[in-house]
Amino acid sequence: MAERRNTDALFKALADPSRRKLLDLLHANDGRTLNQLCEYLDMTRQGVTQHLKVLEDANLIAIVWRGREKLHFLNPVPLQEIYDRWIAKFEKSRLKAIADLKKQLEKGNG
Amino acid sequence: MARSTFIYVTYIRTTRERLWSALTEDSEFMKQYWFGVHCQSEWRAGSPWKMISAEGEVSDAGEIVESDPPSRLVIRWQHQKTPELKAEGSSLCTLELEAVPGAVKLSITHTIERDPSKLIAAVSGGWPKVISNLKSLIETGTAMLSDPRPCNH
Repeated sequence: MAERRNTDALFKALADPSRRKLLDLLHANDGRTLNQLCEYLDMTRQGVTQHLKVLEDANLIAIVWRGREKLHFLNPVPLQEIYDRWIAKFEKSRLKAIADLKKQLEKGNG
Repeated sequence: MARSTFIYVTYIRTTRERLWSALTEDSEFMKQYWFGVHCQSEWRAGSPWKMISAEGEVSDAGEIVESDPPSRLVIRWQHQKTPELKAEGSSLCTLELEAVPGAVKLSITHTIERDPSKLIAAVSGGWPKVISNLKSLIETGTAMLSDPRPCNH
C-alpha cells in the first residue's frame, strides 16, 4: 500500500504544469531558494510554496538548509523509477523505432 | 567559490545495516545493481577507495573521509580515466542512511568545488539508475536494468 501511495503522489505531482516548470527550473539551475523560484512563476508566494510541498512529498525535491536558507534540489530518483517501471520494460526497442519514425516524418514536414 | 551539487534521495524497505553492506563491503551484491562495477576499500576513515569497472579497470579513486556505519560515509572521489574529468580534481560524495518507519532514507550528495562540472554532469546520469536498481534489488530480489545505457541501442 505504501508503494501505491508513493506512486500516486508521484504521478499527481507531475500532473501539473507549474510543478513541471519548477522541476525544469531546478534541472537548469539546482539548489534554489523559494524567492528565486518565485521570480519565474506568475503566482503568489503561497502558491509556489504549496506546489513545492507537493513535489517534496513525492520525493521529487530534496531540501538542504544552508544557514537560514532553504535550498531546493531536484531529486531525479523517482523519475528513474518511473522510467524503470513504466517505460524500460515495455518493448523499448519498438518504442525507439516509433520515436525515430516520428522524428523522421516530422522532419520531412518542415 | 562556485560549487556543483547533486542530491539523490530514495526510500528503501530494508535496514540500515543491510543497506550499508550493499553500498560498501558486499562487492558481489554491488556488481548486481551497479552494472558490474564494484568498490574496493577497508571503509574506514583514511582508507584508500577505488571503483573498479566491469572490465577490471580503476575508473575512480580516492579515500574514505568519514565512516560511521551504518549511518554516514564520505568519500573523496576523483575520476581517473577521462583526462578532462580527472583534471577537475576531487569531488566529495556523502552517503547518509537514516532510519524512517519501515524503511531507510538514503541520501547521496555529490559535490565538487567548481561550476559547471563535467564530472558531476557525468555522474548525474549514473546515480539515479544505480540507486533505482539498488532499491529494486533489495526490495524484490531483482535488478530492473541490466544495461547502464538502456536507451542508446
